Amino acid sequence: MPGLSTGDEGPSTVNAPRLELEHITKRYGSLVANDDISLAVQAGEIHSVLGENGAGKSTLMKIIYGAVRPDGGQIRWNGEPVHIRSPHEARALGIAMVFQHFSLFDTLTVAENVWLGLSRELTLREVTEGMRRKAEEYGLELDPRRPVHTLSVGERQRVEIVRALLADPKLLILDEPTSVLTPQAVDRLFVTLRQLAATGCSILYISHKLDEIRSLCHKCTALRSGKVTGTCDPTQETTASLSRLMIGSAPPKLLLREPRLGRRALEVGDLSLPRLDRFGVSLEGISLDVREGEIVGIAGVSGNGQQELLAALSGEDPRSQPSTIRLFGSAIGGTTAGERRRHGLHFVPEERLGRGAVPTLSLALNLLLTRKESLRALGWIDKGALRKQTAGILNRFRVKSSGPAAVARSLSGGNLQKYIVGREIDAVPRVLIVAQPTWGVDVGAAAQIRAELIALRDSGCAVLVVSEELEELFEVTDRLYVIFKGRLSPPIATHAATRELIGEWMSGLWPAEPAAVLGEAR
Amino acid sequence: MIELEARTAPSLWMSILSPIFALLITVGVATLLFLSLGKDPVRGLSVFLVEPFHGVRALTELGLKSTPLILISLGLALCYRSNIWNIGAEGQYLLGAIAGGWLALAVTNAGIDLPRWIFFPIAILAGALGGGLWAAVVALLRDRFHASEILVSLMLVYVANLLLSYLVFGPWKDPNGFNFPQTVSFSASTELPRLLRGMRLHAGFLVALGTAVGMWIFLFRMHRGIQLQVGGPSPAAARYAGFSSRSALWTTLLVSGALAGVAGAFEVSGPMGQLTPYVATGYGFTAIIVAFVGRLHPLGCVLASVLLSMFLIGGELAQSRVGLPSALSGVFQGVLLFSLLACDTLILFRPRWRRPA
Repeated sequence: MPGLSTGDEGPSTVNAPRLELEHITKRYGSLVANDDISLAVQAGEIHSVLGENGAGKSTLMKIIYGAVRPDGGQIRWNGEPVHIRSPHEARALGIAMVFQHFSLFDTLTVAENVWLGLSRELTLREVTEGMRRKAEEYGLELDPRRPVHTLSVGERQRVEIVRALLADPKLLILDEPTSVLTPQAVDRLFVTLRQLAATGCSILYISHKLDEIRSLCHKCTALRSGKVTGTCDPTQETTASLSRLMIGSAPPKLLLREPRLGRRALEVGDLSLPRLDRFGVSLEGISLDVREGEIVGIAGVSGNGQQELLAALSGEDPRSQPSTIRLFGSAIGGTTAGERRRHGLHFVPEERLGRGAVPTLSLALNLLLTRKESLRALGWIDKGALRKQTAGILNRFRVKSSGPAAVARSLSGGNLQKYIVGREIDAVPRVLIVAQPTWGVDVGAAAQIRAELIALRDSGCAVLVVSEELEELFEVTDRLYVIFKGRLSPPIATHAATRELIGEWMSGLWPAEPAAVLGEAR
Repeated sequence: MIELEARTAPSLWMSILSPIFALLITVGVATLLFLSLGKDPVRGLSVFLVEPFHGVRALTELGLKSTPLILISLGLALCYRSNIWNIGAEGQYLLGAIAGGWLALAVTNAGIDLPRWIFFPIAILAGALGGGLWAAVVALLRDRFHASEILVSLMLVYVANLLLSYLVFGPWKDPNGFNFPQTVSFSASTELPRLLRGMRLHAGFLVALGTAVGMWIFLFRMHRGIQLQVGGPSPAAARYAGFSSRSALWTTLLVSGALAGVAGAFEVSGPMGQLTPYVATGYGFTAIIVAFVGRLHPLGCVLASVLLSMFLIGGELAQSRVGLPSALSGVFQGVLLFSLLACDTLILFRPRWRRPA
């Protein structure tokens, strides 16, 4: 093991590490998810586990948290060998975990949610008090009496963190915690985590965001295909060198040319839609336009109406007044997704399995969701043509699969996303709407998808990207809107925007009178 | 200690082997049952497993019993693949029987001498209309008022039963029938064309097999069939693709209702030859088991229909040969379905031995 970090809040004792993994191995059938993984986390250390999707990070964390048992290897806790058989035993040792997907009941209050998950010894009042104290101690704003459905995603994460802190953990595991936060909220989270580490709690921080790891973590272990590819001090590394550790090469640079604008392709004028259920978001007076040859982005923290807006634009929610949505001038508001697609509007949804693709059907049959080239008279499916068409897309977009007959469910998230994006790009759309183009996709595939979007733009297609990743929007878009509580900000040219400005807008603080601040928004 | 571990992909082998395991478990239960009743298990099992296949007559009887099961289960498989839970096929079957009976009665009373090959397609049409109409009620209530198709279709079975009783106890009763609840015996021209001289097996069996082939083509080779199957497992994907869920609802219910209705029409003009309350045989419910044992696949439905017919015939034989109640076939059907559902766990999970720690 290389020398320990010497950061001022870093570990001071040279005793046994808080957590030590030795030669951990886990197989699922022929797939080796974790192959001989060893790492050590000292007391008070913020240790990052870096890796692409499918690198084995989640499996490793589940092993530490007792949710999965390893096939081989040894776990030491403060130097003592331990067998962690269940999350219950992990918690008894002092291990807490904040998952990527929150497990909160919407209809209960914050305190009730936390109380439900605890053993029966404490009363609701004691839990409420305890949460209030913990929140205060770490400067986290949190009202335990609020119902969960009124909380933003960032606030829900805070609930999960305070829930974890209540047990006074010795090791806190965080799984991709920043994917749902505004830049400002990320900064606040990091303050809390540093404070926590200073009290001696170790933190395992799982992420693929290299900038965050460099600014937060003392030490970093990189995984690739289930193996450790390196251990380093991330503060001494560059983003490029970390990227090499993670994917074996530096991410390719994107070339952005000046957009050549054509006709107005997609126009939304004063679109308002009441929400469909209690926990949805109503859209209020949304106006936007996308022209041929440009990529327009919509930024925003998740749950601010992105889902509702996308469903209204794609036609999955056909309640809109006809004239509120126009495609090349013609009113398409009340039409279904199929009709809009016939007019050249294609859409890549955020959920890949179950919406963008049917999990149990083959890739070839999934092509028929949006493509009709292989259909003959009366809807007869020309199987040969369909297989060829699918193989062409798999090849062009470098989708790793066993071929057109592979069922959608068997693909990794990144590969399925490449397939779905490929299916829609290959259709030569006139307007393409993409939600979260690279969510959960590894760095290499993300770069490929972004390059394809830009190539599509350069060929004259109008592209609308809805994403929660600001870096991505700054990288590919020409203009930006921000969505907050069902309202849309005025547009701003991406080159005129800063992270701080967009971050403020993501909290709804955009100027009422746009022209003065925005400059030339093309 | 056995633990279940999730498989990375569903096992194709297990989805084929699971019905076979279920059958073996059922045979095991049957053996125990025979032993506990003091009967010779070998004799008992041979009544169920061997005799239904022994000889040309037995085989044609098997085909005769399979015909309604094949037709109904094909329609149900289509429904279930589309996530439409039609469990009232029995009612649709009865309406088909009533429609077929009405037609045969009309031909008999008018004294028309129709060639059998002319009456046959008209009977199919009548049955399809009757069953389709009954299913349309379900579709309409679900479409207009979001009524659960499970409840509506099931409740309509009782309505259909009462309607049948009303007709055979009332307006359609044979005036010379000694007050028995039955219609007059239909004339010879309403009999279905027989496939073999002297056997009851009729041309409806060929229609059922043809329907199975047609259903296979529709499900796996036609765009419309794929569309229907998208809405079942992934309604969001169907909305995304722009496939109408309403059209899926109507199509599947009308098709399955029509097929059940045809089965009913075949039953009255085939083996029964008159309309009686005993038309309500429970084929509509047995076909639900058939559809699942057959993996909701057309070929599977045909094979499972033969299997379940074997149990039905075996039950009748058990009564006369071994002195056991024919209700036994119901017990075996239940055990078969339960063990099938249990064995299906192995498609998604793998059992692993683990020494207790």
